[in-house]
Amino acid sequence: MSHDKTMNLTLHVWRQKGPKDPGKFEVYDAKDVSPDQSFLEMLDEVNEDLIKAGKDPIAFDHDCREGICGMCSQVINGMAHGGQDRTTVCQLHMRMFKDGDTIYIEPWRARAFPVIKDLVVDRIALDTIIQAGGYTSAHTGGIADGNAILVPKPEAEYAMDAAECIGCGACVAGCPNGSAMLFTSAKVSQLAVLPQGQAEAARRVKEMTETLQECGFGNCTNHYECQAACPKGINVKFIAKLNREYLKSLF
Amino acid sequence: MILDGKCPTGPIEKTWDKHRFDMKLVNPSNKRKYKILVVGTGLAGGAAAASLGELGYNVEAFCYQDSPRRAHSIAAQGGINAAKNYPNDGDSIYRLFYDTIKGGDFRAREADVWRLAQVSNNIIDQCVAQGVPFARDYAGYLDNRSFGGAQVSRTFYARGQTGQQLLLGAYSALARQIKAGTVKMFPRTEMLDLIVVDGEAKGITVRDMVTGEIRSHVGDAVVLCTGGYVNVFYLSTNAMGCSVTAAWKAHRKGAFFANPCYTQIHPTCIPQHGDKQSKLTLMSESLRNDGRCWAPKKKGEKRGPNEIPEEERDYYLERKYPSFGNLAPRDIASRAAKEQCDDDRGVGPGGRGVYLDFADSIKRLGEDTIRERYGNLFEMYEKITDENGYKVPMRIYPAPHYSMGGLWVDYNCESNVPGLFVLGEANFSVHGANRLGASALMQGLADGYFVIPYTIANYLAKTAPGKVKADNPECKKSVDDVNNNMKKLISINGKKTVSEFHRELGKIMWENVGMARSDQSCKEALKKIPVLREEFWKNVKVSGSGAQFNQDLENAGRVADFLEFAELLTRDALYRNESCGGHFRVEHQMPDGEAKRDDENFCHAAAWEFKGANAEPELHIEPLKFENVHLAIRSYK
Repeated sequence: MSHDKTMNLTLHVWRQKGPKDPGKFEVYDAKDVSPDQSFLEMLDEVNEDLIKAGKDPIAFDHDCREGICGMCSQVINGMAHGGQDRTTVCQLHMRMFKDGDTIYIEPWRARAFPVIKDLVVDRIALDTIIQAGGYTSAHTGGIADGNAILVPKPEAEYAMDAAECIGCGACVAGCPNGSAMLFTSAKVSQLAVLPQGQAEAARRVKEMTETLQECGFGNCTNHYECQAACPKGINVKFIAKLNREYLKSLF
Repeated sequence: MILDGKCPTGPIEKTWDKHRFDMKLVNPSNKRKYKILVVGTGLAGGAAAASLGELGYNVEAFCYQDSPRRAHSIAAQGGINAAKNYPNDGDSIYRLFYDTIKGGDFRAREADVWRLAQVSNNIIDQCVAQGVPFARDYAGYLDNRSFGGAQVSRTFYARGQTGQQLLLGAYSALARQIKAGTVKMFPRTEMLDLIVVDGEAKGITVRDMVTGEIRSHVGDAVVLCTGGYVNVFYLSTNAMGCSVTAAWKAHRKGAFFANPCYTQIHPTCIPQHGDKQSKLTLMSESLRNDGRCWAPKKKGEKRGPNEIPEEERDYYLERKYPSFGNLAPRDIASRAAKEQCDDDRGVGPGGRGVYLDFADSIKRLGEDTIRERYGNLFEMYEKITDENGYKVPMRIYPAPHYSMGGLWVDYNCESNVPGLFVLGEANFSVHGANRLGASALMQGLADGYFVIPYTIANYLAKTAPGKVKADNPECKKSVDDVNNNMKKLISINGKKTVSEFHRELGKIMWENVGMARSDQSCKEALKKIPVLREEFWKNVKVSGSGAQFNQDLENAGRVADFLEFAELLTRDALYRNESCGGHFRVEHQMPDGEAKRDDENFCHAAAWEFKGANAEPELHIEPLKFENVHLAIRSYK
């Protein structure tokens, strides 16, 4: 519902020209913010003012603005995606804040995610992990009927719980070790539980975890910050599943 | 010119099989000599790049996002159609074909639609093999739900995230090919020109969005899978980066643009909350399986929805269309919602909304069942509106969602520029004047997995590999043109921001060429658009430089193209002096307000040829023949 009251906020935003440049916080005012606006719409307005003033607007990644593409990526007041349960930055609404608030906005911070500019980071390493084995090797065409492979509902639901991952990288940003274990385990678990993925399960888990380390992600030490940061509620039980799959693959 | 869609002849059931046999092939050992450029990595592009890579072609794939997993196909919620007939409720390839032709209000090619229906079953099998976690029953069989415009349950789904799961399936197949080295991936790269050499598409010019470098890539064929253009309305359900740019650049280089006025306004979106909004959010049409649309009977109703007694509610879809009820096709459901609001019976801010009520279904099935089916949609609704859809009826309103029009292609998905193929939403081929729910995913994957791998060979077999080299003068010219355009945008240094222009354009388009159009409103828009475009090129302010990461510049280029394209869309809407599907001309309606087609004069695709930014485009026509489904007045009553 619409609210009449608007807010004034103070933003401390991380500004960094490029991967090798030093970065620092700059302070901006966000004025007349409607509680019904999304967080990114609030930033849009700040950028409009910066552009008009001949200044460089704040760079941030975003695309679908419906919480599914995984492009948006900001640490707000120290929490990846802003700390609202199961919510991406783009779905964060200003009614979560109050007039006079000070908000700190930073990029994902992790060794494997170099800053491109301001709040934009390079997450290509997540693609590299998937390329290492996050698929079944099904060739296009010549496939048996979909109902030839039966997947009982509990397994299908388990796979879907894992498959909901949007690949945003919040788990990495939230982890004190900068680990992508939750991301990797979600794909490993989805395909390990489905009959279609079992033929390659051992090779998959080995190669994906090796790649994970090569890409510069840290290891998992069970902080569970990843689960808290995940906008899709991906459960840490999948990390346990990954560990089981990894052990299985050794035999 | 009369265009030829090159459709195979003979009995419709045999057309695709016959055509596959008639087409030329490329020898397996020759495939790696051909380079194919695939632009866009949504369902169509991701599937195409993966499948072509698997076949052994040398593929380069491009997307503007930071990863090929993010294309806007990912936002499709409800499902994907296929003619499996698993529920044994009377479905068949013929019925899916028939429903799609009828749903498109008889403005699509029969042969293309037949092929789509035929390969729909292969898509489900393919996705299952990839590990897409479709909904299953306890015995392990695939589950189906119903969707608008059909009386059978043929929609396969993965919770409310079917597009995401299908895209991740295609993305995983693509990842496998990237690893295998058959596909080279270029993320954060935007196509800004098509390179045409001796009349054939042989390359593209792109901008590296991180470094700002402008460079050309040459290949033996170009496959555009760059989605739709409804961001021309500014507010739409598309992602922020969705634009007409790639298609428009191809159009400027000779590719015809067909039926640009066919835009789909989706009935179940979350209503607009204010003027600072950047986009609209769709909620799956599948909600209409269990939700009932209603508006208060009383004009200017002030009571809350739960205070309005049953007898004072108008379940207008059930009243007007008893046999399809809340599952009437999208164009019909959207206009019906608009009618209620125009009649001063709308709800919510500004009276631009109607209710979508789950109370009956919750009573019948329990809240848990509804949560299981649509939980994520209710959650999303609550995040945006701060209202609980289980307790209070949702408010919905139509919003621009999909474009049925697109670049003209023949049966092979090849445009009139040889070597330029166009797949998915970017082409015009199968949805006619209105797309049925759960058919976009079907088309994207059909084109990418099961059409282009065959039809592109037919072109490549006739052309020697590597004909055009990187040092071709057309490449340099194209890079120079793109560079000059960037410089020009930055040098204007005016007073108005890119978003301000986009918002103004959107307002012109929504008011004049939106859900209802008239001769007068189209002419009004045709007056205003060139004025706004001229102002843009004199008064836009773009910050920074071209040689850096610059989102303002990216956006400026896209809006500049929308400002040209909007005029073509409007011109097409003015030309098409009939109502059909999503194109509703107020002058042409039945006494009950339904769309009234004019088959005598408009049973054709209108394909426009670019003649200059300020010149009138030339019209070419492809007549449509209906030999299997007889032209009839669409009725969902």
